[in-house]
Amino acid sequence: MASVESAARNPLRDPRDRRLSRIAGPSSMVLFGVTGDLARKKLMPAVYDLANRGLLPPSFALVGFARRNWSEEDFAAEVKHAVQQYARTPFSEDVWNQLAEGIRFVQGAFDDDDAFEQLKKTIAELDEHRGTGGNHAFYLSIPPDKFEQVCQQLSRHGLAAADDGNWRRVVIEKPFGHDLESARELNDIVESVFPPDAVFRIDHYLGKETVQNILALRFANQLFEPLWNSNYVDHVQITMAEDIGIGGRAGYYDGVGAARDVIQNHLLQLLALTAMEEPISFDADNLRAEKEKILAAVEVPDDLGAHSVLGQYSGGWQGGEEVAGYLDEADIPDSSITETYAAIRLDINTRRWSGVPFYLRTGKRLGRRVTEIAVVFKRAPNMIFGHHGSNDDFGQNAVVIRVQPDEGATIRFGSKVPGTQMEVRDVTMDFGYGHAFTESSPEAYERLILDVLLGEPPLFPRHQEVELSWKILDPFEDYWSRRGEQPQPYDPGSWGPPAAAELLARDGRSWRRP
Amino acid sequence: MIVDLPDTTTSQVSKEIMTMRDVGGVVALGRVLTLVVITRSGHEEDAIEAANAASREHPCRIIVLAAGDPDGGTVLNAQIRVGGDAGASEVVVLRGCGSLAAESESLVSALLLPDAPIVAWWPHGVPESAANSSIGRIAHRRITDSANEPDPRAALEHISRTYVAGDTDLAWTRLTNWRIQLAAVMDQVQAAPVRQITVEGATDSPSTLLLAAWLSLGIDAAVEIIDDPAGTGIRRVLLEREGGDVELVRPNLTVATLSQPGQPNQRIALPRRTLQACLAEELRRLDPDEVFGEVITTGLQRTAEAAAQ
Repeated sequence: MASVESAARNPLRDPRDRRLSRIAGPSSMVLFGVTGDLARKKLMPAVYDLANRGLLPPSFALVGFARRNWSEEDFAAEVKHAVQQYARTPFSEDVWNQLAEGIRFVQGAFDDDDAFEQLKKTIAELDEHRGTGGNHAFYLSIPPDKFEQVCQQLSRHGLAAADDGNWRRVVIEKPFGHDLESARELNDIVESVFPPDAVFRIDHYLGKETVQNILALRFANQLFEPLWNSNYVDHVQITMAEDIGIGGRAGYYDGVGAARDVIQNHLLQLLALTAMEEPISFDADNLRAEKEKILAAVEVPDDLGAHSVLGQYSGGWQGGEEVAGYLDEADIPDSSITETYAAIRLDINTRRWSGVPFYLRTGKRLGRRVTEIAVVFKRAPNMIFGHHGSNDDFGQNAVVIRVQPDEGATIRFGSKVPGTQMEVRDVTMDFGYGHAFTESSPEAYERLILDVLLGEPPLFPRHQEVELSWKILDPFEDYWSRRGEQPQPYDPGSWGPPAAAELLARDGRSWRRP
Repeated sequence: MIVDLPDTTTSQVSKEIMTMRDVGGVVALGRVLTLVVITRSGHEEDAIEAANAASREHPCRIIVLAAGDPDGGTVLNAQIRVGGDAGASEVVVLRGCGSLAAESESLVSALLLPDAPIVAWWPHGVPESAANSSIGRIAHRRITDSANEPDPRAALEHISRTYVAGDTDLAWTRLTNWRIQLAAVMDQVQAAPVRQITVEGATDSPSTLLLAAWLSLGIDAAVEIIDDPAGTGIRRVLLEREGGDVELVRPNLTVATLSQPGQPNQRIALPRRTLQACLAEELRRLDPDEVFGEVITTGLQRTAEAAAQ
C-alpha cells in the first residue's frame, strides 16, 4: 500500500509516536443527494467535525451535486447551517474558512450529461487550484434505484477511472438490494464501474467504535472467551428496537419491512461479531474472513413458521402521546402487509455454537430505543440455593453488550440479599463507555468518512458478506411472502406481538426486557 | 456540591466521600485514574478547571495538593467537590500548612483509587526531579509544564537532565498538531533530502525548541532556530529540500499557511491548544512516551550543539 511505503520513507513517522494521528491525504468528497436528511444531519457535520479535529487535509474539497438551483454560495451557506446545527464539536470560524474554500456545487439531474461534464471540470479545477491531487470519493447518498444511472454517468464521463497513483472511490449506503438476486445486480452495476477495492458499503450502525468495542470486550479479555461457547451459553438475543414509527419514510419502508431494513444488515453483522472466532489480526481480510465463515455456518430452521414472527404496530397511546398505527401512517395503503416487527431464530452449526439458538428481533414503536446483544448463560445447578423453588429473581447469568444508546456492557449475576435468610437475587454490574471514557466519542460517520479517505476498509462489509446475509434472510422472506398473511398487530410501546413471546416460549425461554 | 472539612485528616476525607456516596449517590464509580495536582495555594483554580474539563474524557479522581505556608502552624484543610462543581470527576483539595506543606505520598495514599493508575501534574513549578519526588515515585505518568516557568528554556534543560521514562511536558503536547501537519506533508511530497531545517518561534516558547529537536532527530540536516519576541508561540517551520521547500507559517496564532512543491498554498486552522485539550491528550496514554524521551534528551542536546557552532 502507498501509505505504508510513504511511512517507511517519511523520516517524521515513528511507529512509537502514537500522538500523531493520520490525516487523510489530498482528496475531495463528491456528495450526491446533498438535499437529503442524511447529508444535512450527518455527513456535512461529520466532515466539519473531522476538519475541526485536524484530520482532514488542508486541500480537502466538498463538492455537492443536486438538481436544486443553488449557487456555490447557497450551497456553502446550506452546509454552514447544517454544521452549526448538527456538528458535535464547537463551531470555529477559522476551521470553517479552511473548509469553505474547498466547497463547490454542481447543479444538474442524474441524466444530465452537461452536469457531469461540469462535475469533471470542477474536479479538475480542484486538482489544480485546491490541490486535491486527483483523489476523489463519490458518496451516493441517493436511493439505490439511482445507483446504476449515477455509476454509469461517472463512468461515461471518465470520472470513475483514476490515473496512476490516484484513487477514485465510491460510497454506497444500505440497503444493498432487497434480496440475493437484486444485491447481485446492484453489485454488478457498481463493480462494473469501480473495482471491488474502491467500493465502500457503509452501515453506520456499525461505526468503527462499536465493532472495535465488541472485539475488544471479547478478545482483549481473558474473562469472557472461555465461557463464550455452547458449554456455558444457553442462547443469545440480539435486539434492535426503535421507539419511533416510520416517520416520513413510507415510500422507502412499505414493501421493504423490518427484516430487510434491519435484520439483513445490522443484526446479522452483530451476530457475526458476537459469534465469530478470533481473527488473527484486525486487517480487513482477516476480519472479514472470520465474519464470512460464521455467516456461512448459519443455519435457517426447517420450520420457518414456528421460528419467525412478524408484527405491525397499531395505533394508540405511547408514552403519553397518541400515535398512528402503521396502516394509518401517511402514504401507507390500508392493505399493506409490510412488517414493522420481525423476530427470527437462527442456529450456527459450528463446534462452538451447536445447540445455542440466536434470537434476532427488531421493530418500530417498541418500548424504547435500544440495540443490544445479550449472551444468556445456562442456569447454574444451584443445589444449595434451589430450595426456594423457581424464583424469577434469581435467573440466568447474562453478559449484555449495549450498542446504543449508552454504549457499554452489563453483567448479571446472583448475589445474596442482605439479611439473615439465604436469599439470592440477580444484580447487575454495569460499565458504560460514557462513564469511563470520553464524553462524546466520534460520530460513526466521522470514522467512516475518514476511513474512506484513508482507504482503510476493514469495517465495511464486502459484497460476499452482503450475499451471505441475503442467503440467510431470503428463505424467511420467501416463506412470509408465500403465506401473504397480515402481520400480527401490536400495541405501540410494547415489546412486539404476543406471538413473539410464544416464539421463545416454545423453546422454554423468554425475551429479556432490554 | 462542595463540602469543607477544616483541620482534618485524609482518612476523615475518605470517610466523607463514602458517606456522600451512600447518602446522595453523588460520587459515581467508573474512575479510570487518579490525577494528583501538585501546586501552591492560590494557583489551584486554573488547574482544577482544566482537570475537570479533561475529566469528561477521562473520569478521574482529582487530588489537588495546594501547599500553604510552610512556616505556619501545621494543619490540613480539605475540601471535597462533586457533581456540578467537579465536571465528571470528584475533586479533593488538600491545603496543608506547616510540615504538611510539602507533597508526600503518605498524605494522599488514603485517597488514591484502588488499581487505577496515578498521574502527577505540576502545573506551576517544575520539581527538583519529577520521578524522584514523593508523589512522582508512585505515579505512572509525570506531567510538568515548562512554559509556565520564569525561564522556560532553562526549565527544559532541567527536565532533560532529570528525565526518566514516564515524564512528559505540556510544551510537547502543545506541539502535536504541528507535528501531525508536518508528518502529513512529508507523507505527500516526493522523497528528497532536506538541506536545512529552520524553526522560528518565541524565546519564551519551549515548544519551539522541542519542535526543532524533534525535526533534527528525524531528519538529518542542520537546524537553525530563529528567536522571536516573547508571547508569539511557534511561528514558522521551513524545510529546505532539493525537490522544493516545505513551509508552515502561522503569523497570527490561529491560522497557518502551508506551502509545498507542486501544490497551491493552503490554509490550516492551527490554533494554540487549550490547557484542557493538552491535559486530555496526556491522559490518553499512560505508558512512557519514548519519542518524547529521545527528543528531550538526545534531540535537545543535538540542537543545542548545532546552535553553538
